[in-house]
Amino acid sequence: MDRRLFLAGTAAIIVLPLGPAAATPDAMTEAIKKVIGNATPTEGRVKLEVPPLVENGSTVPLNVSVESPMTDSDHVKAIHVFNEKNPQPNVFSARLGPRSGKAVVGTRIKLGDSQRIVAIAETSDGRFWSAGADVIVTLAACLEESP
Amino acid sequence: MSNILVNAPKTARRGDVVEIKALIMHPMETGFRPGPNGRIIPRNIIERFTATWNGADIFAMDMSPAIAANPFVSFFAEAKESGTVVLRWTGDEGFAAEQRVDIAVE
Repeated sequence: MDRRLFLAGTAAIIVLPLGPAAATPDAMTEAIKKVIGNATPTEGRVKLEVPPLVENGSTVPLNVSVESPMTDSDHVKAIHVFNEKNPQPNVFSARLGPRSGKAVVGTRIKLGDSQRIVAIAETSDGRFWSAGADVIVTLAACLEESP
Repeated sequence: MSNILVNAPKTARRGDVVEIKALIMHPMETGFRPGPNGRIIPRNIIERFTATWNGADIFAMDMSPAIAANPFVSFFAEAKESGTVVLRWTGDEGFAAEQRVDIAVE
């Protein structure tokens, strides 16, 4: 009996870190909390496009699009992007409105390591939506000495 | 002083959603990298990018050191009336740049 309990306990401990909360390092979780407070983002409506394999981390194309009619009563107010392993967890925060017509933002970012990127959209009804993507980086940004 | 490239349509039909792309030359020095003397190079980034259409806010972005050098931004806006889109970049060390683009709406 004891051994069975012990085995069950070990299994629980092994399984736990695979949950969504543990997949995000603390700094990113903190940074996300600063932006969305205690709200829980719902997965979906957000599409995060970033190449899965990146040769050079110093310039990585990134595109975020959110499904939204972009009307006065129902639109995306903001799009935030976070990372796990750069020196700082924030990447950018973009402000949009009904005038945007389309909730799509593109830019190029730096990645210091292979990691997970998270995009969070805030809609006009006060809800948050999210999407994540894993990126493998073969040559990291920020490490080379400047000339 | 700084080189700016903007790609936006010259004309649009009323109600069209147009894409505006903007690129500016800037080192986006992170403040985490050592220079040749081993000392950290001080941070020098663009912190904020804004766009207005005839004075009305259409887009804004707060940037971090994780934005690549020579920041590129693309976004969309609904063409409501002919006018001037003003793009502004501001950042560390008093950096400020501005670019105007005229869009005619029929």
